[in-house]
Amino acid sequence: MANKVHVETTLNGEAVEFLCEPRQSLLEVLRDVLGFTGTKEGCLTGDCGACSVILDGRISCSCLVLGVEAQGKNIQTVEGLAQADKLHPLQQKFLEHAALQCGICTPGFLVAAKALLDRNPNPTEHEVRYGLAGNLCRCTGYDKIVRAVLDAAAVMQGR
Amino acid sequence: MEVQEHKFKVIGTRPIRHDGVDKVTGRAKYGADISLPGMLHGRVLRSPHAHARIKSIDTSAALALPGVKAVLTSEDFPKLAAGVVAMGELPMNPRYLSMNLMAQDKVLYDGHAVAAVAATSSHIAEEAVKLIKVEYELLPHVQNVLDAMKDNAPILLPELRTSGTPEKSDKETNIASQLRFARGDLEAGFKAAAVVVEHEFDTAMVHQGYIEPHNAVAQYNTDGQTTIWTSTQGAFTARDQCALALDIPASSIKVVPAEIGGGFGGKIGIYLEPLALLLSKKTGKPVKLIMSRADVLRATGPTSGSHIRVKMGANKAGKITAAQVWMAYEAGAFPGSPVGAGCMTALAPYDLENLQIDGFDVLVNKPKTAAYRAPGSTNAAMGTETVVDELAEKLGIDPLEFRRINGAKEGTAQPAGPKFPRIGFLETVEAIKNSPHYQSPQPKSGKGKLKGRGVASGFWFNAGFQSSATVNINTDGTASVVTGSTDIGGTRASCAMIAAEVLGLKAEEVHPVVADTESIGHTDMTGGSRVTFATGYAVYEAAQDAVNQLKQRAATLWKAKPEEVVYQDGAVSRTTNGNESMTLKELAGKLPRAGGPVAGRASVNPRGVGPAFATHVVDVEVDPETGKVEILRYTATQDVGKAVHPSYVEGQMQGAVAQGVGWALNEEYFYDEKGTLRNAGFLDYRMPTCLDLPMIETILVEVPNPGHPIGVRGVGEVPIIPPPAAIANAIYRAVGVRMTELPMSPPRLCKAIAEKSAKK
Repeated sequence: MANKVHVETTLNGEAVEFLCEPRQSLLEVLRDVLGFTGTKEGCLTGDCGACSVILDGRISCSCLVLGVEAQGKNIQTVEGLAQADKLHPLQQKFLEHAALQCGICTPGFLVAAKALLDRNPNPTEHEVRYGLAGNLCRCTGYDKIVRAVLDAAAVMQGR
Repeated sequence: MEVQEHKFKVIGTRPIRHDGVDKVTGRAKYGADISLPGMLHGRVLRSPHAHARIKSIDTSAALALPGVKAVLTSEDFPKLAAGVVAMGELPMNPRYLSMNLMAQDKVLYDGHAVAAVAATSSHIAEEAVKLIKVEYELLPHVQNVLDAMKDNAPILLPELRTSGTPEKSDKETNIASQLRFARGDLEAGFKAAAVVVEHEFDTAMVHQGYIEPHNAVAQYNTDGQTTIWTSTQGAFTARDQCALALDIPASSIKVVPAEIGGGFGGKIGIYLEPLALLLSKKTGKPVKLIMSRADVLRATGPTSGSHIRVKMGANKAGKITAAQVWMAYEAGAFPGSPVGAGCMTALAPYDLENLQIDGFDVLVNKPKTAAYRAPGSTNAAMGTETVVDELAEKLGIDPLEFRRINGAKEGTAQPAGPKFPRIGFLETVEAIKNSPHYQSPQPKSGKGKLKGRGVASGFWFNAGFQSSATVNINTDGTASVVTGSTDIGGTRASCAMIAAEVLGLKAEEVHPVVADTESIGHTDMTGGSRVTFATGYAVYEAAQDAVNQLKQRAATLWKAKPEEVVYQDGAVSRTTNGNESMTLKELAGKLPRAGGPVAGRASVNPRGVGPAFATHVVDVEVDPETGKVEILRYTATQDVGKAVHPSYVEGQMQGAVAQGVGWALNEEYFYDEKGTLRNAGFLDYRMPTCLDLPMIETILVEVPNPGHPIGVRGVGEVPIIPPPAAIANAIYRAVGVRMTELPMSPPRLCKAIAEKSAKK
């Protein structure tokens, strides 16, 4: 059995430590070691964005990051978006706009949209499309997703 | 049946879907999220060859690797006789089903499963499959449908004989079946034409492209019972197929449907479930299998590439006088392409006197094709709808007016014979004609930016099939709805809304549940755009059953006759022998004293399926230097019968358009000369991103289906049919070339533009 490495990291604001094999991806650690299955596997090649997490403020495909690289980092996943009993405005707008069908890509889109709005709180439609172009959705044709993100941005700006 | 639209209080509104919070918080459990104590992880070894004989398989090194618990080959599967079992949208042949799950003496395509391993981790399983030594004897392969039909073609299945031929043949062949629809006098029809247009089309094999890879977890118990958790479009369909493939009773398997991450037809068949079951049986532990994206593309799903010839003629008045279509579809390695559906749908939007349609189901060394959203119809419409466009153009008639002249309506005979019930095709044509998009000025070309507008239509039958539902009245006067239909895009919401409508509750007061195969009556798969139609029908009947029981309970309390009790707006009342009334909430609390709990039940196999028609308009911009096509504006309209939850109906239309755009412009399977798939990943199998698409405008036309109590028609499939032809017609308006190949990718379009300039 391969030697496991001890890793200390911050996950959704909480200090977390875990043991993982050097070959395990951050996606695998999140899902299979820590039980955070909200982050999804779609391709394992960084092409679909279903496994998107925010790593030290940057959107990243967790399938392309090793678990051991999480040492000392700050990770945000879809599980960290809602506060206690209140959904994040992005989550609320995804529901109101029916911006999901099967829902498998939804966590990745929410995380990518959060990273986009953190950086650009007032994006144009084109900026939303550019910001979400790393995430594939096969169900919606993106129309309602783009509308939901624009609406969430407006609500968060107090408009 | 009378459809009383004015009464609807819940139908047609847009409540938040019941499973929504779970899906935006990451709590929803998809197949890959299932974990059991002591669970093993499996991997499948797949053929690197398109066609080869398996001479030997040596699994000893794999079995010797620490952590490996079992290896599976075709030796572990029962050998089954050929035969055909009807199952949902596509026929099933147990022998071919088994041979596709695990190659027996030959591998028939790149990606064909050869062996499987279960180990204590997925990494060990992955190492183990690399240690399995397979000795192959390479055989010549064939991947082009026309080559596969030739007399001297390499043969995939030596026992195969063509069915549907006028005379019985005993020749080895790759043509699994052929069929013909014909009526009238074709020759006379073409003679009467003022204009005849004829083209040959080639469309590439494409994949459904669901984002969630196939998965299965199986737990075999020593009493012979197995539980399988899987992402499937039909828990019962998956169970029956597993039972067929393994020759065990269906009742020995319980399938628990996990949340499903997209299917589009591709998750009706099974791939991993029997493997997980057998590995669990061998090891005594739960086993989980998940496909890699490459395996999903190499071994599952795709829909047929095709070769199609279309010849149509029309007279000066714009009436189509004759239509002839010949189509050969790739079945993949086993029979079962959707060519029959292609034949039945191709010309269905039009009222035709003289027609002949020939179809051929042809084996090639590619993965066995699976259903993909209106299977077979998109390929066919690419041919017929571009020829229709050219007829209209040559006659100087607006393409929508051409459809008005020829369009099918109630009573029109379909190409396959049956007459249409009430349909809304011409209403969709009218809706596009009056749309802000079509009414806007034609897009203007500028320097190096060539623009054009195109339209196309499509038809899909939709399906009925069997469904069951239970409506339980809770003690607080709310209700739960239990169905067996996988919710692939919002059908839990539509089923709950139908029950709420009948019970006089709010949508939020009805809780929908998708149950396993032991907790609800038999229900066929989610497919054929059938769930809100057929399962919704069962829910409607089950809710009515609950209402009848509630009336009886109230009658008991009031010492009245049930027929004296009226149920309306969520309350029971009676006007005879004094005025009395009770809300459902009040009555629910009194049920223990009134005869007991209320559980409404229904099982249906509805026949009043409402066919679906769609008409789309698109504006494109073509860069003649690069051949890149940009979608500037897109409007889709469709006869949706009655939209139960309009947002999810729009969503079906928008999603299908996006898939159609991918099919039209980019998506295709690239095989090299060895027959190996060269683009088995999302980087090179390029599906549209949000940067490739504009907002997709939708117009819902509601011509209620007289065969459904709410007027519902299936909505999910028909909107994928028009996009490739509409885009081809728009490209023609932009650059003056008729594209006859899909996808209309930059290199193909550049070549076509160059050929046109060379001719000048």
